[in-house]
Amino acid sequence: MTTLHIVNKSPFEKNAMESCLGHALDGDAILLFEDGVYGALSNTRIANEISRRAGAVKFFVLGPDLNARGLGDGRIADGITVVDYSGFVDLVTTHGRTQSWL
Amino acid sequence: MSEAKKFLYVNRKAPYGTIYALESLEVVLIGAAFDQHVSLAFVDDGVFQIAKGQDTKSLGVKNFSPTYRALGDYGVTKFYVEKDSLDERGLSADDLMEITYEDENDGFAEKPSIIVVTKAEMAEVMRDQDVILSF
Amino acid sequence: MKLSILVNEGPYTHQAADSAYQFTKAALDKGVEIFRVFFYHDGVNNGTRLTVPPQDDRNIQKNWSDLAEKHKLDLVVCIAAAQRRGILDEGEAKRHGKGEGAANIAPGFRISGLGQLIEAGIEADRLVVFGD
Repeated sequence: MTTLHIVNKSPFEKNAMESCLGHALDGDAILLFEDGVYGALSNTRIANEISRRAGAVKFFVLGPDLNARGLGDGRIADGITVVDYSGFVDLVTTHGRTQSWL
Repeated sequence: MSEAKKFLYVNRKAPYGTIYALESLEVVLIGAAFDQHVSLAFVDDGVFQIAKGQDTKSLGVKNFSPTYRALGDYGVTKFYVEKDSLDERGLSADDLMEITYEDENDGFAEKPSIIVVTKAEMAEVMRDQDVILSF
Repeated sequence: MKLSILVNEGPYTHQAADSAYQFTKAALDKGVEIFRVFFYHDGVNNGTRLTVPPQDDRNIQKNWSDLAEKHKLDLVVCIAAAQRRGILDEGEAKRHGKGEGAANIAPGFRISGLGQLIEAGIEADRLVVFGD
């Protein structure tokens, strides 16, 4: 069973996302929320790594946290799917375990 | 109660600066009584939790590092430590406390609890779990 | 499918408590069962009845209490973490000689041991951790 990794830190402040990317295996999913949504922006130093892994790893970002921070869909890197809290719940129930990169 | 599950405690934070390492250890101690399969992972700054030579006297806070060494008596015998995290921090396994357990299936022989693994091996350990607790 | 939730941060400083609440509410709205919400570290501060946020702000404690009442949610505050941070129920207030009226645990919350977190991990199909 694959894992849902959950990242709530900006990759520009903490290494949680980098560490998560280093441990996520093919088939896993990564959800970016809270300050983690800054990791979903396009044209950042981490965007290349996301597009390199996208496909093997599925990337999601929480829409309510994007909107709160003034980041619309247009700012999000390709290959990242926006979900709401209901979608977050679905991600939890459809993966074998969750791992929060606190 | 259901069958035994695999619990992994993921430690990614250094001790003393925040309470997470200490209170995580308190969960491990209580959890040991539940007859589940328990492993600990030390990744990123979490490797500093089990560094040798901790002395908190001048801080007036409890030095809880000896507790890790006692976990073997509670059946907690798997400490996965990520080599990449040690390397990045200029540490080697020699800089960690000696943590051992007595193997009851092998004449109570004293064995090391610390298992140094690569990042790829750690990823496999993580995927092998039922419940991952991070603090 | 049964979920358990772990909340490691208090209200108002970090978003974790709000996120955990929104997630829990969304799960319940979809008919997903919540086995337990466990509050640990500063997360125990979600469970004090003494918070008085400004009227134009959300009341996180009340949100939890209301959700608990509506859905018979089990909201458990860790006793060791709670005692460190001054969250007491009647029994603990009395036992530690803190005087009449010192109990501040909010409606719908109960104080219990860390074993309740382990049990939450065992009994639920998934555990989701919200923290810093």
